[in-house]
Amino acid sequence: MIEVNLLLIFIIIGALVAINVKDLLSAVVAVGVSGLGLCITFLTLKAPDLAITQLVVEILCLVILIRATTREDLPFSRSGRWLFNTLATFVFLAIFLYAGYQALNSLPIFGNPTMRVSEFYLTEGRLKTHAVNLVSAINLNFRAYDTLGEATVLFAAAIGVMTIMRKKSRKKIEERDESEK
Amino acid sequence: MMTYFLCLVLFCVGLYAIVRKRNIIKIIIGIVICEYAVNLFLVLFAYKINGRSPLYSPDQEITTMADPLPQALALTSIVIGLATTALLVGMAIRLYEKYGTFDITKINHLKG
Amino acid sequence: MKVKSKSNDKGMSLIVKTITRILVGLILIYGIYIILYGHISPGGGFAGGFIVALSYILFMLAFGKEEILKRIPQKMISIFESLGAIMFLVIALLGFTGGYFFSNWLPKGVPFKFLSAGTIPISNIALALLEVSLGLFGIFLVLVLLKFAPKKISQTDGEGE
Repeated sequence: MIEVNLLLIFIIIGALVAINVKDLLSAVVAVGVSGLGLCITFLTLKAPDLAITQLVVEILCLVILIRATTREDLPFSRSGRWLFNTLATFVFLAIFLYAGYQALNSLPIFGNPTMRVSEFYLTEGRLKTHAVNLVSAINLNFRAYDTLGEATVLFAAAIGVMTIMRKKSRKKIEERDESEK
Repeated sequence: MMTYFLCLVLFCVGLYAIVRKRNIIKIIIGIVICEYAVNLFLVLFAYKINGRSPLYSPDQEITTMADPLPQALALTSIVIGLATTALLVGMAIRLYEKYGTFDITKINHLKG
Repeated sequence: MKVKSKSNDKGMSLIVKTITRILVGLILIYGIYIILYGHISPGGGFAGGFIVALSYILFMLAFGKEEILKRIPQKMISIFESLGAIMFLVIALLGFTGGYFFSNWLPKGVPFKFLSAGTIPISNIALALLEVSLGLFGIFLVLVLLKFAPKKISQTDGEGE
């Protein structure tokens, strides 16, 4: 699977550019590039539903993020214990990578999943639901409780967004600004 | 094995941005990259060599398919990722209106 | 400053507006197709709902925000969101007629036909309503909340230099 590795390296380069570049608009565009690479990777890994959803969500995310950017990133801070902080971060990341590598050894080899639960869905899914798209059948019939919980989370997020952007608090801020003047 | 490790490296890139950057927008970008890594790991786990996508075909019996269960879970996770990103951006802009900066070291007054 | 922002709100040039007028309908139809055929082909409520929301984003970017606020007010999106959630719950509760919560109580039909798979297409529509409203809330977050941002940015930039 050399193409998956190449695509992953492409995504990592996009992410590195996104967090290191100084211009914030370029950073957001680089995140978009890495998300589109992720979309192609999903297509290569035989997940067309995920590829469509990732493509659309990526564009929506990009539109939301672009409006929130200022022109320049803040400069790298050299005040306080910056050397200690940076060193501690890198040491932690090294330990994390080593532990993760040890943990990955116990996983099944890439390309041979142990499908204990999914075996049932693969054999019985079409007979029980008469749906052709198995991902849809699992999401909306076999494991609909998950989707119900997800709908709850979406509802909570929408209420949160509504709370943040309601007009009353903005009016309060304007009044305070005027009184300060 | 190599593929799983590259996925872990991608997660570390996002983690570095969350821990070490000062700008709120950069931190949100780090969270987005972490979400990518987690979704990618779920789908990598589901891949089967010479398998086909989990769709039945009308004329032939398909025996090897990719695992559909992690794909369904990742589909849910992608949508929740968008919702959290929208909420985070909203909070960041409210903070910008209040303090006039995106620097988290200068946002240190907790009282309303 | 005010005049400038008002002329920006009115949208882009005539070419963009004309092409958008043609494209929005096609994108909308494509999104509805993806939603309705979610049980036979790749796609489903998640992707299709966001495609429908994206068609409205295109409309907003081309024509400005007054136009879209006139066509879909914010209250209507709240109603969409609530309708999606309630529809999903009612489908789940009606499963008790077939035995248990979330059972597939409708007749299942023949596979590879449009009317098949019981409750799955209706659940797809309910989910799509939720996704559409979430995407549109994202747009309104961008639209309503960020009104004063550019002015403040220019101020802080001047101070920094």
